[in-house]
Order: sequence, then C-alpha cells, then structure tokens
Amino acid sequence: MIEIFLDPALLTDFLRTSLRLSVPIVFAAVGGVLSERSGVYNIGLEGMMLAGAFGAAVGAFFFDTPFAGVVTGAMCGMLAALILAVLGVSLGVNQIVTGIAINLFVLGLTSFLSRVVFGAQANTLNLQGFKPLAIPGLISIPVIGPVFFGQDLLVYLMYAVVPLLYFMMFATPWGLNIRAVGENPRAADTAGVSVNAVRYACVLGSGLFAGLGGCFLVLSQVFLFSENMSAGKGFIALAAVILGRWNPVGALLACLLFGFFDALQLRLQFLNPEVPHEIFVAMPYVVSILALVGLVGRPSPPAAAGIPYRREAK
Amino acid sequence: MATDPHLVVDNVTKTFGDLRANDAVSLHVERGSIHAILGENGAGKTTLMNILYGLYHPDEGHIRVDGVEVRIESPKDALRQGIGMVHQHFMLVGPLTVTENVILGMKPNGPGLNLKQHAERLTELSDSFGFEIDPHETVWKLPMGMQQRVEILKLLYHHADILIFDEPTSVLTPGETGPFFDVLRRLTEADKTILFITHKLEEVMAIADRVTVMRDGRVTAEVETSETNPQELARLMIGRDIVFDIEHRDREAGPSLLEIKGVRARSDRGLAALDDISLSVRSGEILGIAGVDGNGQAELAEVIAGLRPLEAGHITVEGRDIGEASVAERKHRLGIGYVPEDRQRVGLVLDHPVAMNLMLRSYESLPFARHHIFNFGAIKSNAERLVEQYDVRLQSIEQEVRYLSGGNQQKVILAREIEEGPRVLIVSQPTKGLDVGAIEFVQNTLLDQREKGVAILYISTELEHLLAVSDRIAVIFRGRITGVLETADATAEKLGMLMAGVSG
Repeated sequence: MIEIFLDPALLTDFLRTSLRLSVPIVFAAVGGVLSERSGVYNIGLEGMMLAGAFGAAVGAFFFDTPFAGVVTGAMCGMLAALILAVLGVSLGVNQIVTGIAINLFVLGLTSFLSRVVFGAQANTLNLQGFKPLAIPGLISIPVIGPVFFGQDLLVYLMYAVVPLLYFMMFATPWGLNIRAVGENPRAADTAGVSVNAVRYACVLGSGLFAGLGGCFLVLSQVFLFSENMSAGKGFIALAAVILGRWNPVGALLACLLFGFFDALQLRLQFLNPEVPHEIFVAMPYVVSILALVGLVGRPSPPAAAGIPYRREAK
Repeated sequence: MATDPHLVVDNVTKTFGDLRANDAVSLHVERGSIHAILGENGAGKTTLMNILYGLYHPDEGHIRVDGVEVRIESPKDALRQGIGMVHQHFMLVGPLTVTENVILGMKPNGPGLNLKQHAERLTELSDSFGFEIDPHETVWKLPMGMQQRVEILKLLYHHADILIFDEPTSVLTPGETGPFFDVLRRLTEADKTILFITHKLEEVMAIADRVTVMRDGRVTAEVETSETNPQELARLMIGRDIVFDIEHRDREAGPSLLEIKGVRARSDRGLAALDDISLSVRSGEILGIAGVDGNGQAELAEVIAGLRPLEAGHITVEGRDIGEASVAERKHRLGIGYVPEDRQRVGLVLDHPVAMNLMLRSYESLPFARHHIFNFGAIKSNAERLVEQYDVRLQSIEQEVRYLSGGNQQKVILAREIEEGPRVLIVSQPTKGLDVGAIEFVQNTLLDQREKGVAILYISTELEHLLAVSDRIAVIFRGRITGVLETADATAEKLGMLMAGVSG
C-alpha cells in the first residue's frame, strides 16, 4: 500500500478522497465550535446535518439546481437548531437531552418525509449537484493543485468559512461577546451583552453550518437522499470540536485527520479483501478516540457550556 | 451647585412581596469621599446597591447625581451616569485578557477589536493609579488582588466616578487588603467617590470618611467615622450591645489529646505543603493557627481529618496513632470533628435539605438508618432539635441548605460536627464571610466545647478572632510553625512578624 504515497497520481487521488471525506465533518464541527463557544452543547449536530441533507435534496429536487438545495438545506439545519435554541436556551431544558432528542426526531422525520416526497424513486434519484470547478493556475500545481483547487463550490465555501469564523471569534467584538458569554455569562450580562441573543445566534449559526455539511453529502457526494445518511458524522464532528479545542482551525485539522484515516481505511479495505472490512471501518474512529485520549491532554470546554443562563439564579 | 453631594439617595423604598428590603433609605455621599455602608447580611445593603446599579427599580424615592435626579434602568445606564460596581464575585471572564475584559460590551468603533489601541490607553490609565497591570495578561492567572484592580480599571475606563464596592475585602488575603486601601485613597485623590459595602467594623474605622449603618432595611445612622467608635457602630448595626471581649473563662487544660509530630504532607499540586510540623492540643484548650492564607493551613486540617495522605510523621489522638485510620474511623471511633474551610463545597451538600445535611456524619447508623433504610422520623426530630438548639434561621428543615445565609450554613455544620460529642475538633476558617452576630455565635460555640474538655484546633486568618478565643496561638508560615505564643503574650506585632516568617 506504500505506493499510494509514492505514485503522484495515486497520492493525488488519495488526498482528494481524504479532503472530500472531511468536508461535511468540517462544516458540522465549526458549527459545533460556534455553539459551544457560546455555552451551548450541541449534541444535535448529527440531526442538524441530516436535516440539512434532506433539505438539500428537496430543494435540488423541486428547483433542479444545487443552489436552491444549499438554501433549503441550510434552512432545514437552522430549523433543527431552532429546537435547541428554544428548549436549551430559552426554556433551560438540559442541552444534552435536547440534542439527543433532535437527533432521534430528525432521523424519524426525514425518513418519513423522504418517502412522502420522493416515494419509490428515492434511491434512484440523480439530483443536480455541484460539479468540480478547477481554479485556473492553481490547479496545475503538482499533487496539491488537483487536491485543493479542483473541487466544487461547497469545498471552496469551506475554505472561506473556517478562516472567517476564526477571525470573527478572536478579532471582532462579536467573537469577544461569544467567548465571554460561553465562559462567564453573568459578567457578559453586566457588561451589557445580551446572553441569550448571542446564544440564539450561535446555535442557529451552528445549525446553518451543520446543514451545509448535510448539503455536501447530497449535492457533492451521492446526489440523492437516503435514510440516516449522516451516519454518525455529526458525532465525529463533536469529537473534532474537542480535539480542536473549540477553535475553528483546530477543528478543521482534527477533521482532516479523520478524513485522512477514513480514506486510508477505504484503500486498505480494497487492498485486503481477505480481512473482514469492519476492522478497517473502525480505524478512523479508533484513531479519533486515541487522539482524544492521547494528544489533547486535558481539554477544558468553555466554563459555562451546558448551563442555561438565568439572571436571578443564585 | 458646588454644595450638592455627589450622590444622594432620597427616601428609597423597595419591597419584595411582604419584605421591605429597603425602607425609606437615604444616603448623602460627598464627592471624593469614602462612604461605608455597614450592616449585617440581610440588612438591605445589597438591595440598595442593586438599585443604584440599575438591577432593581425603587418603588418610591429618588436618586440624585450632582443634584440632578436620575432614573437608572440597567447596569449600562448606571455606568452612563458614572456609577460603576465592583461585585463581590468579580464579573471577569477568566480566559480572556485584561484588555478584552475591559472592552467587553463596549460599542465597537469598527469591525475589529482595536486591541492594541485599547491596551495602550489601559496601560496609561493603569500607570496613573500605580496599578501595575499588564493589559495582555490572561485574567485567571492574576491573583485576586490584581483581578480586583482589573475590575476597577474596567470602571475607570468607562469613565465611572462613583465606584461601588460590595464586600471588597472578602476575597483578598490579609496582605492584599493594605494595598487595596491605598488604591481607594488614590482614587479619592483623583476625585472619585467610593461607596464601600461591608459588615466589617474595623474596615469602616480604618478607611471610611463617613458611614451609613443599616439594619432590617432601614438606616439607623449616618455619621462621620471620626465621631464614632466600633462599639457604637456595632450597636447600631445589630440593635444590641455586642460583647467584644468574649468572656474567656480561665480553665485548667487537661491532658494532651491531639499530638502532631514531624508531619509532612504535599499540596494538591504535589509541592511540599507541611514541613515537619509538631503541635499538641490539650483537652479543654483552643490552639489557634494563625498565618496568611495558603501557608499550609488547609493541608494541616486535611491531614488530621484524613483527607490528605501523611508523608511522614505521626498524629495521635489520646495516645493512639491515627495515621492509617480512614475518614469514617476518625469521625466515629476517634471522635475527630471537622469543620472545613469551604463550607459550601466540602461541608455541605447544597442541594439537599437541611435535615439531611444535619445527619450526614452518621447517616449509616442508628437512629437515622436501620438495615440501610432511612428512618425519616428520627432524621426529622434530630433536625428539629438541632435547629432549635443552634438557632438556625430557616423556613423549614426541608429547605435546601443552599438558600440559608452563610452564618446559618455554618451553624448547620457546627451542629452536626458537635452533636456526636467529639474529643478533638478541627475548625478551619469558621468565621470567613460571616457577619458580627454569626461570628459571636461561632466563637461562643467553640468556647462551650472548650468548657466540655474538647481539644480544639482553630485555624483562621483573622487575627482578632483568634485572639478572642484561643489559649495559645501557633503561627504557620510556608508549611512550618514559626512560633507558638500564649495568647496573653501574643500581640499583633509579634504575630505579624511570625506570619512573615521571622522566627521569634
């Protein structure tokens, strides 16, 4: 298997797969960073991603363009996030329980609606998706060029989202408010920052990004909607949030790590048909667990994460 | 107009249901002065501050700043009127830098944070008051005294000129209090007005120009500190005379009950915290442990209570080595009572009812449990008896301990620890954060136990409290005992030298 890394063509192909497997997780993970930085645990990333995937399929199906799919997908992600905002922020329901409820609810609802909307053709759909769009000049860099600059629009969007979010978080008053609200909401409140408004914005933003992750699954990868197609990626994103220490760039790197091992296990499966494939499938997850245990030391989440804010609470 | 006081509170009344938290409260604060508001917990000080700070709105009455009537709708609004507050528990975001904390909530003038500009202006401001604060430092890394300066800086940066301090010294170590008072004086030199809320008489006498005393929501007096004395203030605050020199009955101490020999232990961070400590406490004796916070007091108490492993040395109770005994054995078989320093996190289960907290020591045994099943009748009658005996003020024994005042929480712990008739009592900072009445109660309880022949190790950072009840005082410094004095010979100067590590 060493030839994957020696042959430029094979290497390019391998790295492309790594990147593309990372993209949906990156979107969900930066969403997770946004939400948790403001002090709201978002266990519902998985459900929001699935909602986004379903929304993308519906939009692309009815309007016959992936752009409509992106809009409806992002909106469905936000709609799922609204549940977390209302229950977890306004009403102070336990955020973990709410997140799990979102995952279960969205899973059931999208499975049902998919049968209603697409009927028997659900598995044979071939939706209008995004096509690869080579960036002139950059594409001709050996190996790197085709990997990074022969991608589609959603991948380019991801290139923009991560640094923008990083900049927003650490170099703007918005980001300062978000970090303050996530660490010490009372202090932020006395300084005149509206705690719950910030949290609403962040949770909805989180749903938007997780929804975009779902869009990528449908509009860039398989061009149809299938039941539970997020298949645990939202949970991997949660791990990436921790591994990346609640930092958008850190989360990106964590997702790339996961994507790398996911691509690797696919190759290994292919090269070793005599070995039960489950062993390889488990690999990226095992790596994530090992990385969480070994690499990060003791991660410290935002101090107020998981605690609903009440002004009069003692 | 020059004669108008800087801040006037005129007949402000605020009720919560049936409770008149503030009843026709008036206040006159001169510009550039330090004005103390003295009162016990629950006297209405905090309500008044929250009104000035815009968190509550008064039902009646007016507030005037420089003679102009103002309506304060929110904390932001208060700041616009020049009124800022330093809360008892700082409103700082630990992982952010000093500059970020200061500019939090400010109206941005552009898309970025302009951290560099703000940091420069902050340095200037900090230097002009001699604060010595690095604006790029992360706040949680700063000691409490410096964090307090960050809070002050925050207000100054927002142009506040009336600064309200809520129990500002409660979070400071004794060594930080002096510099803090210097800061207050420097602020008044810059024509800032200071409102200082406290229940500590000595602080009022030491720093304030004028003092307003509150009791049960009413103002009982407003006087110049130069024209009053601690006794008078205490009477105004509590409504009765308070015995400052608690009667210290002479009593022949009995045989030595608690012997500590050559004890060494490590702190949570693995550093040497106790270094060859030897002490003995006799029956019917109170041995005070003085020292600046963090010199090994907590570790000493924990080693005796069995919560921290002994590295070297021996601890004996009535001649029996207790080195290997478990916490439960120490409590039940050896009769060691322990009143921990952190009453909220270590001493009590805050979310459990008072009745349950009162039986935490012996919940596994009769009469509270038989065959591992609780006897709620016994639990209830035990609680009712102790609440009565120790005068714990509460609504019901089913109330969660969290909602009791600090003094009443301490009474719950004392009642529980003393109830079993301990031979040795380890008491760590029992008066921390309590008001005068509660302190008196705690000290009298300790003296009662002394009378009964209990050996008491009384750890405190408050010298005057130690001097009031101890028979002898040992001073701890960097994990070593620097000296043991008979209380009669112990002056503040001598103790101070020992506390600073100068062996006597």
